[in-house]
Amino acid sequence: MLAQGQLKPKGGFKGTTSYSGGFGLLVGDLLLLKTHKLKIGLTKRPNSMKSKYLPVALSAVFGLAAMTAASASTLEEVQERGILNCGVSTGLAGFSQIDDNGDWQGFDVAVCRAVAAAVLDDPNAVQFVPTTGKTRFTALASGEIDMLARNTTWTFTRDADLKFTFIGVNYYDGQGFMVPKELGVESALELDGATVCIQTGTTTELNLADYFRKHGMSYDPVPIETNTEARQNYLAGACDVYTTDASGLAASRSSFETPADHVILPEIISKEPLGPLVRHGDNQWEDIVRWVLNALIIAEEKGITAANADEKKAQSTAPGADTEIARLLGAEGEYGAIIGLDNDFALRAIKAGGNYGELFAKTIGEDTKIGLARGLNAQWTDGGLLYAPPFR
Amino acid sequence: MSVATYSPEERFRLGMLWTDSRYRSTTIQTIALFLVMLLGAYLINNIITNLADLGKDFSFGFLFEPAYYDINQRLIEYDSRSPHWLAAVVGILNTLLVAVLGCALATVIGVIAGVLRLSKNWVISKLMAVYIEVVRNVPLLLQILLLYAVFIELLPRPRGSEPMLDGFLVATNRGFYIPSLVLAETGWIVVSTFVVSLVGIFLFRRWARKRQEETGQIIRVFSISLGILIVPTAIVFFALGSPISLEYPELKGFNYQGGIHLRNSLVALWLALSIYTGAFIGEIVRSGIQAINKGQTEAAYALGLRPNRTMKLVILPQALRVIIPPLISQYLNLTKNSSLAIAVGYMDVTGTLGGITLNQTGREMECVLLLMAFYLTVSLLISAVMNKYNQSVKLKER
Repeated sequence: MLAQGQLKPKGGFKGTTSYSGGFGLLVGDLLLLKTHKLKIGLTKRPNSMKSKYLPVALSAVFGLAAMTAASASTLEEVQERGILNCGVSTGLAGFSQIDDNGDWQGFDVAVCRAVAAAVLDDPNAVQFVPTTGKTRFTALASGEIDMLARNTTWTFTRDADLKFTFIGVNYYDGQGFMVPKELGVESALELDGATVCIQTGTTTELNLADYFRKHGMSYDPVPIETNTEARQNYLAGACDVYTTDASGLAASRSSFETPADHVILPEIISKEPLGPLVRHGDNQWEDIVRWVLNALIIAEEKGITAANADEKKAQSTAPGADTEIARLLGAEGEYGAIIGLDNDFALRAIKAGGNYGELFAKTIGEDTKIGLARGLNAQWTDGGLLYAPPFR
Repeated sequence: MSVATYSPEERFRLGMLWTDSRYRSTTIQTIALFLVMLLGAYLINNIITNLADLGKDFSFGFLFEPAYYDINQRLIEYDSRSPHWLAAVVGILNTLLVAVLGCALATVIGVIAGVLRLSKNWVISKLMAVYIEVVRNVPLLLQILLLYAVFIELLPRPRGSEPMLDGFLVATNRGFYIPSLVLAETGWIVVSTFVVSLVGIFLFRRWARKRQEETGQIIRVFSISLGILIVPTAIVFFALGSPISLEYPELKGFNYQGGIHLRNSLVALWLALSIYTGAFIGEIVRSGIQAINKGQTEAAYALGLRPNRTMKLVILPQALRVIIPPLISQYLNLTKNSSLAIAVGYMDVTGTLGGITLNQTGREMECVLLLMAFYLTVSLLISAVMNKYNQSVKLKER
């Protein structure tokens, strides 16, 4: 069903470097296609996603679907397209999920919106592409998405071998375990012989194997594809334990009918620095995404919020004011031009949803259902790990 | 006589490649072949260029790196420090396991459904028609997911489950547990007796057939075979003091331990594949039987053959000629459809090599090529074996 409206060129289909490989794309899309088959009826999907099937159809028909042509930068491509293709998870409360109005909301989603605001002057000019643990890297490598903001752990091989660049960390996390309270388990070391639900294609799968091996315990892994399936299996008791990043556990638990019946065990068995990533090969785009994220972090440090950003900018040129604020908000210097944008790019990113702290509080903070404390994710000035390089 | 207007020494001109009907088809075929090769070259070149653009090389070295992940169903020794190729082998064995189980059960279901659909009993034939039409026309993936959902939602959790059939079966939402055989020291003697009995049955049947051909005497093959199968093994078993015992599954900690664990992912996949393919095989069997002229049955009856012998000696051998070729493709379909396993978390080769390995190493090209090679090999092997069988049943022209 290739309706005419769907035939307009989309995303990487313009024959640019971002279109990386016919074969990889084909595989990636087949995987994507499969996930969606599974998910039909489980989650609400925005209409715009239909266009994702175009590459699938084309690759299926021609079996080639690959074009190598003169390169356009990702920035030019996004600006020409007028929309940012941003990969997110298929649904994780607080990080990326579709709300009752059919809009994407969440902490990872906010990063996409900030980038869209900086590059396209419109926080809503984002096409969210839901990806699973398995499909995300192919989607990014093939150019189907411009950036990936999907609680993805920064590791050596992903950075160097898969040819991606992690542009920073937006959430410092660690892998934990959740069990039903009725099991009476109080420590992960009591889990010998348990059946464990894991999301396949993630670092948690590898950490889990290492942890049980290290402690000489046996376990029975049940590999699952998405958080929704994990939830189904876990709540039905098809597994005793669900393991993923502690933030993901808190998010999942918050969406249960009776969150109090489930406990998150105290052991955190790994470091999981989660952050947005882009493809290798386009340093300008890499810098843009990196400095949008840094701008959000610096904004919190400097007390710039969505509400007072304009005011702060106006005040920043006054004598005695903080010159970093002036540079960040574009009142001084030509910093935007260095990365191919205008001077207000950071201002717009901050105004899109607020600074890092505001986003955190709004989507996953202690006042939300998910109820995560800032912990490691506090500013360095408050004893946390958030430490953005200076804006100069 | 001046009739010789045709000159055999007509000189070859380039234009004749197109205008002369003797050369035209060769010309067209050559051009077509060239275009196909060009397309192939373009695709390969494209892959190489794009891989180079991405900065990725093409190498199978990753297969020898440790896999670092665990697999729940292992037919051979494997742990998270084993290399990727071993993970692939574990997956291959899981694929073959479900394919073999599936083909066997699908054949049984298919033959029963096909024969019953021809039944004179209206209710039974209509029930079979409904089964075949419904199952054939609902996507397989949905059937697999449905069965799996039924298993995990409706069956009890291990802690709330009760062993059934005197402890021979425990059904939980993590799978089914059955007792396993435990061989004591002398257990192998019983096993080898059993194997020898099997060989004995085979030889006996061959002898009986030969005798029947020579003398016309019919020996009660079935009851004697059954005797050979059971009696010697039973005698040895009890003479040695029951060296083979059963190990029953017991609830220990989180799960049942001991016995054989049939995961619900395996059972759901196996049943769904069998039921789905069985419906197609049912139609093939029905068409095969209906393809045999009614006159054959009548002739057999006229010769005094009873109905079951008529079926066995007259109808079935002829029907098999019609049934085998499409049956081969159903077996191939079942094997290839088993790659839907990942939908229920069954770790077949698509789940290990084409899933976790591909994802953790980022070697899409290599993994997918290996997967394709595997499925191609298996399919060709099944075809070869079944064609061999087809040779033996097909019409012998003398």
